[in-house]
This record gives sequence, structure tokens and C-alpha cells, in this order.
Amino acid sequence: MAYSDKVVDHYNNPRNVGSLDKSASEVGTGLVGAPECGDVMRLQIRVNPETQVIEEAKFKTFGCGSAIASSSLATEWVKGKTVAEALEIKNTDIVKELALPPVKIHCSVLAEDAIRAAISDWKKKNGVAETEAVAAQ
Amino acid sequence: MNDGTMSNGTINPVVPEGVTLPIYMDNHATSPMDPRVLEAMLPYFSGKFGNAASRNHSFGWEAEQAVEQAREQIARLIGATAKEIIFTSGATESNNLAIKGIAEMYRERGNHIITQVTEHKAVLDTCKRLEKYGYRVTYLPVKADGLIDLDDLRRAIDDKTILVTIMSANNEIGVLQPVAEIGKICHEKGVIFHTDAVQAVGKVPVDVQAMNIDVLSLTAHKIYGPKGVGALYVRRRNPRVQIAAQIDGGGHERGMRSGTLNVPGIVGLGKACEIAMQEMATEAERLRAMRDHLRARMEAELDYVEVNGSWEHRLPGNLNMSFIYVEGESLLMGINDVAVSSGSACTSATLEPSYVLKALGLGDDVAHSSIRFGLGRFNTMAECDYVADKVIGIVKKLRELSPLYEMVKEGIDLSKIEWAAH
Repeated sequence: MAYSDKVVDHYNNPRNVGSLDKSASEVGTGLVGAPECGDVMRLQIRVNPETQVIEEAKFKTFGCGSAIASSSLATEWVKGKTVAEALEIKNTDIVKELALPPVKIHCSVLAEDAIRAAISDWKKKNGVAETEAVAAQ
Repeated sequence: MNDGTMSNGTINPVVPEGVTLPIYMDNHATSPMDPRVLEAMLPYFSGKFGNAASRNHSFGWEAEQAVEQAREQIARLIGATAKEIIFTSGATESNNLAIKGIAEMYRERGNHIITQVTEHKAVLDTCKRLEKYGYRVTYLPVKADGLIDLDDLRRAIDDKTILVTIMSANNEIGVLQPVAEIGKICHEKGVIFHTDAVQAVGKVPVDVQAMNIDVLSLTAHKIYGPKGVGALYVRRRNPRVQIAAQIDGGGHERGMRSGTLNVPGIVGLGKACEIAMQEMATEAERLRAMRDHLRARMEAELDYVEVNGSWEHRLPGNLNMSFIYVEGESLLMGINDVAVSSGSACTSATLEPSYVLKALGLGDDVAHSSIRFGLGRFNTMAECDYVADKVIGIVKKLRELSPLYEMVKEGIDLSKIEWAAH
């Protein structure tokens, strides 16, 4: 299978690889996928409590090149956005940006899930109701 | 490329002298043609173009003579006689012809066929089709090492069993089934024994007499011959095996396989067998040394690596390893100047990893992490060193990216985590 140049670039030079302290109150962690499915993504965000802006994002992914690229791109995109804005990122945007073929669409879905899971974790920690973010949209 | 450093995020070990990229190390899929085989074939594409079935002129005789010589060369390699060799288009056809042809011919004697779960799809899907036509098929399990349990086989044979079809060597993990013991059991019980020996012939000794093999499939392109030509050995005595033709036509190949013979291909298959016969022993030793070196280097520098399948009962050129906590396709992507293959599902349209690895009882995560290295005649020790450098570099890099590796290193038990399967 031929990979798009953007997938190859993210695979060779993944952005924002690493870990944040998951016990910190301003950090949200999303762990999605399963080893037996061949994809596990962990996406972490550090949110400014005043502005709700995602100031830092880190990821680690076990998965194919497209899964690595999708999560790497996701960290780039959420950085600098508010939590509400980050929730607007759709998997189809990732598919488009990385030119993913149909068999790799699940990688983009997983990346979207990872963003949502990280935000949801952060909200839980900070007592922000799920509905509030929806209202903010 | 050759500076031995990381540039542009890729891992580029120094390319040893004499090594040209890309490196082909996927010889279970197909093998490059030996120049000696090509040379033997060339005259039969042009000047010596006759139809081997033309009995009335020298063009036909010339072609026929070449075909009969090839039959001898093939027979000699497997301990058969020339008359027992039937030419086909390849091993898929040989397997289809053997299984369907025997099922049809012996239908009145019984309707039960025994095979095992890690067979090639050419055998499994043929058996599945026969189930639709009222045949009963037993799929024997394999042990963790990939071998069948002979007691399972003994128990599975009943008075309706007409055929046992068990491969000689597996195409993914290279494990060698106990063919001689299987043949003995089959002959004691009066059941025909067919073996798909595509990966074994020319690599390890195969003797249809000593091993009590009745029907055997082989193909040229796995033994440095051309694609599109194969053969089926069909025993003529003790017992005489009969096969119902699956292709109707001019009655070629003793009525078992009609169709004008592919003379250049057959000449190539014959030559490939002749070379294998002469060089198999030394070649096996060389391949084993290279393969062991490759394994040792990777094991010395990487943790959490596992060999899949029996190490003892294995083709000399096969190494199937799992690099746990790294997904196979992403590993292949990083070693794109080395041609190997992965048991990961991501290379296919389904999300299921290799059924062969799963049959060994491996978790899907281990199967997803597997790479098959298939060493062959034209690989060198220098290539193995390059491949080892490259794999070690990429696995280390991908493990830096792997949340699973980090969790395991922190002492987290991954089996205790509730994963959201997707």
C-alpha cells in the first residue's frame, strides 16, 4: 500500500511524542483502542484552567503508520484550541488532511475518539459538566 | 542514505559493501529466478517452440523430450518415478486437483477428509467447497509449536475417511509437520495421504517412498524457477492412486490434467529441481547460519521479542518473530528498503491478524507484531546485518512511540486493562 506524503512525514517525524503527568488536575488523558485490534492511542492534553485553551498535547500510539500519523496530527490540531474548539475536530478532517484510504478510516475515528476521551477525562477531573462544553459550541 | 545517521526521521544504517537496496527477504512468497534456470528455458520460447503433444514431427519430439527430462529431474528430487509427475499451472491448481480429484474418485468409499488449521487457503478453501457438496472435513488443531498432534490424527480417522491432507512446511512460520509419521499412520489405515510440499521441496529432504506420501503438490517459483508452473506427484503403486480430472480436454498428463503443456515453464521447473538436488544440503546450512545470525542479533539488542512456531522443526530459511508492543505494519513501513511480510491484519482489508499465528494460541497483539523473514539462495550475511540494524533501529524508535511498551515498563499488567475494542 502506498502512503501519502503526509502520512510518511508524520510517521518519520511524529509531533508531540511523549507523556504528561496524568495525575495533574490540568491534564486530561485519553486511552483508546485495544492491543488485539492492533491500535492503541494515548492522547494527553494540558488545559489552561483560566482560558480552557489546550496549551500542550502529547501522544503515544501502537498501530500502523496511518494510526501514528492520525494521532500525531491530532496533537498538532488541538494545541492552541479551546476545549470546545477541539471537540469540533472530526475524523473526516483527518482523513482529508492525510489522504487516508478507506481501509484506514478507522485510524482517524480512533484519533477523534482519543481527543474526546482526553477532554472528557479533563472535565471529570475539573468538575466541568459534559453539557457545558456542548453549550459553549 | 549511507551516512549511518538518522536524517529526516528515518533510520539509515550503513549499507555494507556489496549490498544493494532494496533487499529481497520474502522468499516464501516467491523467489527470484536462478539465472541457470532462465538459461535452460530460453530456447523453448522461440526456436524450440513445439507442442509436446505433437507426435508426428521433430518440433513435437523436441518439446516432448524436454518435458520428459524435466519429469525425471522432478521425480529424482522427491524419490518418485517420472511417470508419477503431472504438470499443472502451480501449487494452487495442484492442491485443487489433488483434493477435489480424490474426493470425486473415492466418493463411494467415503466422504471424510482430514486437514489441519494452518494449511494454505488453497487447501482450506478447497475443503470448504467440498463441505458444500456433502463431504465432511475435520480440521485438526495445532499445538503451540505449530505441529499437529499425531494422536489427534489417529483419533480423527474413521471408516469413511478417504484423504488426509497435511502440509509439509508452513508458509508463514516455516514449521515442518511430521510428514513421515503422518504417512505411516495413513498407510496403516489405508487412507490416501496428500501433502502440500510447496515450501519444503528443494529446501529440506522429501522422499515420497520413505515418507509414505501418495500425492504431493509442488511449484517452481518457490525454488528459483518461473511462476505459472507446478506439478502434482501421484503414486502409481502401493497403492495406485486415481484422480478424477478437474479440467476436461485433450486428455494430456495421463488424462488427469488436459491442456497444452507449458514447455518453457516445465523445463525451468525441471532445471530448478536439478539445482536444488545438487545444492540443497550446502544451501540449507548457509541459510540456517544466516537466519540464526539474524535472530541472535535482534535478540541481543531488543527485549520482548519472540520466535513464533517450533524452532527445531523449521525450514532453514524461515524466521518468524514478534516484536511485541510494536505493530507489524508500522514496522514494515520503517524498513521499506527490505522486502519482508507481516502477520498483521493491517496489510489486509479485514482487521483479523494471521490465522496461522492465532492457531498457535498467540494473542492478537502478538500476531499483529509479527514479521516473517524468508531467506533464500541469493541473500548474504551482509544483507542480514543490514536488516538486523534496520529492524533494531525501527523497533526502538516505535517503542518510544508505543503506549503499551511504556505501560509494561512501568509494571502495568496490560491484561488487566479494560480495552474498548473497536
